[in-house]
Amino acid sequence: MARVVLEVRNVTKRFGGLVAVNDMSFDVTEHEVLGIIGPNGSGKSTMINMISGTFPPSAGMIRLNGQDVAGKPAHRIAQMGVARTFQLVRLLPELSVIENVVAGAAFGHRRRWKAEAERYAESLLERVGLGAVMTVPVSSLTYINTKRVELARALACEPEVLLLDEWLAGLNPTELQTGIELIRSLREEGRTVILVEHVMDAIRSLCDRCVVMSSGTKIAEGTPADVLSDAEVIRAYLGADEDA
Amino acid sequence: MSTRDIRNLILSALAFGVVALLPFYDTGYILSIATTMAMFTVLATSWALFSGPTHYISLATAAFFGLGTFVTGYGFQTMPYWSLPLIAAVLGAGLAGLVGMVTLRLSGVYFVIFTLGLAELVRQLVTWVQNRTGQRGMYVLTSITESHIYWQLLGMAALVFLVGWLIGRSRLGFALRIIGNDETVAKHSGINTALAKVLLFMVSGAAAATVGAMLAPRYIYIEPSTAFAPLLSFQVVIMALLGGTGRLWGPLAGVIPFTLLWEFISRHAPNQTLLLLGLAFLLIVYVLPGGVVGLQARLKRRFGQGGH
Repeated sequence: MARVVLEVRNVTKRFGGLVAVNDMSFDVTEHEVLGIIGPNGSGKSTMINMISGTFPPSAGMIRLNGQDVAGKPAHRIAQMGVARTFQLVRLLPELSVIENVVAGAAFGHRRRWKAEAERYAESLLERVGLGAVMTVPVSSLTYINTKRVELARALACEPEVLLLDEWLAGLNPTELQTGIELIRSLREEGRTVILVEHVMDAIRSLCDRCVVMSSGTKIAEGTPADVLSDAEVIRAYLGADEDA
Repeated sequence: MSTRDIRNLILSALAFGVVALLPFYDTGYILSIATTMAMFTVLATSWALFSGPTHYISLATAAFFGLGTFVTGYGFQTMPYWSLPLIAAVLGAGLAGLVGMVTLRLSGVYFVIFTLGLAELVRQLVTWVQNRTGQRGMYVLTSITESHIYWQLLGMAALVFLVGWLIGRSRLGFALRIIGNDETVAKHSGINTALAKVLLFMVSGAAAATVGAMLAPRYIYIEPSTAFAPLLSFQVVIMALLGGTGRLWGPLAGVIPFTLLWEFISRHAPNQTLLLLGLAFLLIVYVLPGGVVGLQARLKRRFGQGGH
């Protein structure tokens, strides 16, 4: 039985009267790629934000390797081993590409500094396919390359769990293939990943399991093939079939 | 340490050695301007240590500075003189820590306004206490000469440069640059942003208070309205921005021309100083957005790469 890395139990988030996430529970086991999918506004990003500590849950429990993380500040959770990318790419514009990655290595889960951090950042940039643009200013990067830098920065923390919030969104078809390959290679390295994604191809080919959310509630959980053929999931995405 | 670091260290030490000889050459007008420059060098450089990387514009310099002058004002008769700057540093760091914990959650313009208000708040408090005790200002009559003050300030400047250099190479310095770029990324990369900001704010608060303590004998008579004058905070910001905060030596490159300009303006147009200060500020923002440091980088790019 694989080890559970992240446990989410009965997590609820209310913003005023709005319940964005309602009583969510799921586990992520080691070396697993878990997809969180669902229509727009179903609470996926809110879920990711609670795991990474952007804000605390209103109720419920989140445990990383048995330690409670719910409600801890984001920097503590990062140090405990949760790294993330952002739905809208966030790079550090005044820093070089390599410094952007060292930023992840210097303060994260396994801390590195100076030459060691730089060597590590270089190896990660090679790893995500950016060996050639290490020294250019961040502002001159193409869109997919900004996403790669962000991914390398998250990897530099050496996280226990990597959260990718719509990492593939906005890529053109060729870039998308490259992107999917890249994430697949992370999976093959045995990393534990939570993927919030809309791109169905990516979900099918990358996820071991999926949790489907609709209106803040979990409506299905299982392999991609199972959940994507689930009647309730189809209804959530496409609406009720009136003719049936 | 690389050979370049060692070279820079030796050159800086030599430069300090040379300027330290000034009081043997002149103890009048030139020394007085040099003392003012040394004072602003410490204030602007320590200001930039915090505000440069984080982009948090602090107008609290006058609060810390004023605190320092009052430490000397109250303490110079009863305590050993050498202890006063140290006490001021501790109190300045304490005040900055207190204020930092409350306000560094504020961002942008709210932080600016709060720090401006802080100086006023401290001034009003001191005035209130003095009114209750029937005091007004106080005389700081010592045997400290302008030369002594100048040397003290030079020593302080060397210390601030050294601390700044060490911070710049440290994780703390790197963390602050990340915070200045994107605080959300900083948090999610594992940086305790609140702690990093408060620590650096304390460093700059301590430095400003120390300068205040060193300068009190120069003013001879100190009272809240001059010790906590908000103009000082603005001058420091303008000088640091004129020089540029991207490099450790940046503020110095702003202090020298600005002190000379200020001297010129206050001699020839004493009633228009504030107007000209405002104009200088506008010019810096429009013409030299990155300060002298930014200008140097731009020229380097222009002439360094084939001159097109």
